[in-house]
Amino acid sequence: MTTTVPHTATPEAVFDAAVAADERIEPRDWMPDAYRATLVRQIAQHAHSEIIGMQPEANWITRAPSLRRKAILMAKVQDEAGHGLYLYSAAETLGVDREELLDKLHSGRQRYSSIFNYPTLTWADVGAIGWLVDGAAITNQVPLCRCSYGPYARAMVRICKEESFHQRQGYELLLALSRGTEAQHAMAQDAVNRWWWPSLMMFGPPDEQSAHSGQSMAWKIKRHSNDELRQRFVDICVPQAESLGLTLPDPALRWNEERGHYDFGPIDWDEFNEVLRGNGPCNAERLAQRRAAHENGAWVRDAATAYAAKHATAHQEDRA
Amino acid sequence: MTRTAALALGDDALVLSHRLGEWAGHAPVLEEEVALANIALDLLGQARTLLSMAGDEDELAYLREERAFTNTQLTEQPNGDFAHTIARQLYFSVYQHLLYAQLAAGNGPFAPLAAKAVKETAYHRDHAEHWTLRLGDGTEESHRRMQHALDALWRYTGELFEPVEGVAVDWAALREDWLTLVGGTLREATLTLPQGPQGDAWTAGAGRQGIHTEPFGRMLAEMQHLHRSHPGASW
Repeated sequence: MTTTVPHTATPEAVFDAAVAADERIEPRDWMPDAYRATLVRQIAQHAHSEIIGMQPEANWITRAPSLRRKAILMAKVQDEAGHGLYLYSAAETLGVDREELLDKLHSGRQRYSSIFNYPTLTWADVGAIGWLVDGAAITNQVPLCRCSYGPYARAMVRICKEESFHQRQGYELLLALSRGTEAQHAMAQDAVNRWWWPSLMMFGPPDEQSAHSGQSMAWKIKRHSNDELRQRFVDICVPQAESLGLTLPDPALRWNEERGHYDFGPIDWDEFNEVLRGNGPCNAERLAQRRAAHENGAWVRDAATAYAAKHATAHQEDRA
Repeated sequence: MTRTAALALGDDALVLSHRLGEWAGHAPVLEEEVALANIALDLLGQARTLLSMAGDEDELAYLREERAFTNTQLTEQPNGDFAHTIARQLYFSVYQHLLYAQLAAGNGPFAPLAAKAVKETAYHRDHAEHWTLRLGDGTEESHRRMQHALDALWRYTGELFEPVEGVAVDWAALREDWLTLVGGTLREATLTLPQGPQGDAWTAGAGRQGIHTEPFGRMLAEMQHLHRSHPGASW
């Protein structure tokens, strides 16, 4: 923070002035407890989403239909693990640690994005995730590159670059299917039919029901409302679907000349709430796999710790 | 001759890459999600280059049956626990690093590929050696698991040194260097080099002739299923 404020200013005043001036809050700066808590919650949930989000796509690594597609998918899943690592590091600058956050994920006390509770049933789902899910994520995340908290904003700059790349690859995968055989085209259409509405739900509840939105916008963590971003996403997707030669599963979808936006049909918020409550198609499996990976890996982490401790002692003895 | 060799080396890389890909989402720490996927990708890149030297990469990967694959049996072994995966990586990456170092130094058809691959395999080897040290010299449990894995996979190592037609390396020197390097790492890791010379033990060494272990057929069924379900389609 570089804003010039009188020496006598309270920490709150310094913080408020920095936010008002669109400056970045850094880890050593004073910040309101609630600001810190909101960021921890949001960044952790974001990190958890990257990690859980590896599962639906990794589900197809061993079945990818060409070596080129297999390489692209492996690289993408690897990027997601990397994004998880950046985001846990960003969260750690707020005074929590990764172990603690993972523990909260494993015990269900912290959430991850509801979208990853849907199953990947065909190869085309990999493309639909790239195009729609990554597309929605980017729409949400690009404004976060200007978020008031510096470490989060910087992580998002790196992540958004890679996500845009994944999104284009997903689109290109669907395009190949759409222009392929009849069976491939049908596979692509079916995947888009299943992923469209869950993708729209990624923007969160409607503005009037969004609990954290007002405060997050005042703190410049969030820059746009859920509904604003959702509308932006729909407006982007409709022409893309047309050029893919695929339809979106919404009979109410039509251009509204007056608003200059696409109108779209109602979202099934009951389904959204059920998924959030843990009753989506894959909630139990996703969490079980994550827990199993962690539990089965405990002896490996213990070994690394024991080895490091022995090694550190050996070094001290060398020096003595 | 080049085709036989490209298939042998390419199949090793393809099959091991596939096995490592199975770890995605299951690794003990996030850093290993990144590392194992990274190694899998390097190997897949090598496989694609090598298979393309022999023909169409997808046709070769997806439309050959088990008996036509010439990878060593070591590379097709199931992942098992993390120690099994690391033992397989240690045995294979030391071998591959030495092999590519020799090929890169020559001027045969594999020299350009080897020049790139030798850098990748140096990283793979470093990764495997460090984990061998951590697991061997970590806790009692990790030591036990690592020794068990090394013993269980030992019999598949003899095949690595069977000369491959068209691969111009000094196989005897390769074997000797491999034993020295692996032996050194195991000693430092407080582990024991498995008993029995590889050549005399039953080494299950017929992967290069298309004789594989039982889990390999299931691996191929999974890998090839989608591609085979849509004959002639492009992806």
